[in-house]
Amino acid sequence: MTTFSLVPPGAPARPAGVFTRRDGLVDSLLVAGTGSACVLMLVMLGVVLLDIVVGGGRRLSWEFLTAAPTHGMTAGGIFPAIVGTALLTFLMTFAAVPAGVATAVYLTEYAPSNSPLARGVRVAIANLAGVPSIVFGLFGIGFFVTTLGGAIDSVLFGGELTFAQPSLIWAALTLSLLTLPVVVVATEEALRSVPQSLRDASLALGATRLETITRIVLPEAMGGILTGAILAVSRGAGEVAPIMFTGAAYFLPRLPSHLNDSFMNLGYHVYVLATQSPDVEKTKPILYGTALVLLLLTFLLNLVAVIMRSRSRGKVKPAQF
Amino acid sequence: MPAHPRSSPELPLVVVKMRTRGLSVFYGEKQAVHEVDLDVGGNQVTALIGPSGCGKSTFLRSLNRMNDTVDGVRVTGEVELDGRPIYAPDVDPVVVRRHVGMVFQRSNPFPKSIFDNVAYGLRIGGMKDKAELAIRVEKALRHAALWDEAKDRLHDSGLGLSGGQQQRLCIARALAVEPEVLLMDEPASALDPIATARLEDLISELREHLTIVIVTHNMQQAARVSQRTAFFYMGKLIEVGETQRMFTRPGEQATEDYISGRFG
Repeated sequence: MTTFSLVPPGAPARPAGVFTRRDGLVDSLLVAGTGSACVLMLVMLGVVLLDIVVGGGRRLSWEFLTAAPTHGMTAGGIFPAIVGTALLTFLMTFAAVPAGVATAVYLTEYAPSNSPLARGVRVAIANLAGVPSIVFGLFGIGFFVTTLGGAIDSVLFGGELTFAQPSLIWAALTLSLLTLPVVVVATEEALRSVPQSLRDASLALGATRLETITRIVLPEAMGGILTGAILAVSRGAGEVAPIMFTGAAYFLPRLPSHLNDSFMNLGYHVYVLATQSPDVEKTKPILYGTALVLLLLTFLLNLVAVIMRSRSRGKVKPAQF
Repeated sequence: MPAHPRSSPELPLVVVKMRTRGLSVFYGEKQAVHEVDLDVGGNQVTALIGPSGCGKSTFLRSLNRMNDTVDGVRVTGEVELDGRPIYAPDVDPVVVRRHVGMVFQRSNPFPKSIFDNVAYGLRIGGMKDKAELAIRVEKALRHAALWDEAKDRLHDSGLGLSGGQQQRLCIARALAVEPEVLLMDEPASALDPIATARLEDLISELREHLTIVIVTHNMQQAARVSQRTAFFYMGKLIEVGETQRMFTRPGEQATEDYISGRFG
């Protein structure tokens, strides 16, 4: 029978304290530092939310949601702004989502991996995503309103001022430029998450690439695409800078009924109430209420996105071995 | 070597179903398959064996032009199906794939019902009549030996099946469009021994209806299911011959070394 020793023969005895923790202090500091950063973030979000919910909750009522502003916007509701925001968001979605999805489909399904065009488009999308939103606003008035609108007026309306003015359609298009990169990136991600083996299976059955995309790839990626689209749209819906020159109005007694009408918008309304009001104290409750409604609408969209994402994740995935 | 009941000792190559001449495949600059001349006999199972990376899967994928779908792959040489060149400029690879089906290494059912999986190729081909679809789906599932297990759950997801059943579903899906040739790329590599045995029985039955080319890493499997075996090494076809002869009296030293387990 042999005996074993923990210390090999001839090895020097370990000095005392060799197993003592040395990272104790640094470790604790790090945990405290990173942890408090998280807490700080939560506290800030909490303060903002609490302030708006408490301040706006008092003002929130059926009348507030369904009436137009009255008495120089010191009374009444925000109905035109809600309608304007909804219309703007709808039109913007209509412009950004098809274009974004089409771009992503080309990039992931058609473009060769080393295609210079695809690389150029990706660079352009990345840069587009980094452009400050006020620049989009300036571009909107310079390109859509003046140039495009002016051209439409001179060709179709004999020079009469019709489309060469800030309006719903131009604001929606400007905003769609801002959301486009997010839609493209989210859609690309969703398309790439569809296993290549499904595409192979479809192609091997004699399906064309188009049939494979429409029957297999897009249905599989739909959950992810819709989630990404909604998140992009909800981000765009709260933007003010791109629409302040291109279509949002300070105050309108009637609802927009044509694409070339101006419109009221929740985000812009908040800006107007906070900076342009002659009597800030009087408009403050309305300001709070408007901010709360804008917040709720955005949260609602995000909630839908979260639910859809969890649904598409809950689907059974192919068995892996 | 256990002789398969269906493989007679001297099986002549009656009909050449597919023929390759000087077939080379390049991934960019790298050549994966070198000048392969191979005849595939009709209603036979031809096994492609060889160590990993020897080009047998790449060769297989060039038989139904699946390599066309991969970026940067270039195919030179000729492949004929019933004497007709499938790489001719006027040939649509999509049509080729309806005649030469494929089953992959990992079962890849669509996230659809069993019925819709099998009907997929038929619907792509324009079949709309429900009764006709139902008949063809049943026929394909019977041929793939999945009908008894699947008939009561045709409208459940194909992903709910076991691994072996999923692979047979993929075979049924490929059979539904009634291809003349079925290419199988290591179809049993992800299956347990029982599912593998069922699959091998199925392959032996299927060759009554069509021609099969199967890539396998498993020597015993090649010996059990195939009538002809082709040995690939470093992208070249080293030797091809009647399976029993290949496993008992290989003509090349490399073949003998590989099948006796000396490398690979």
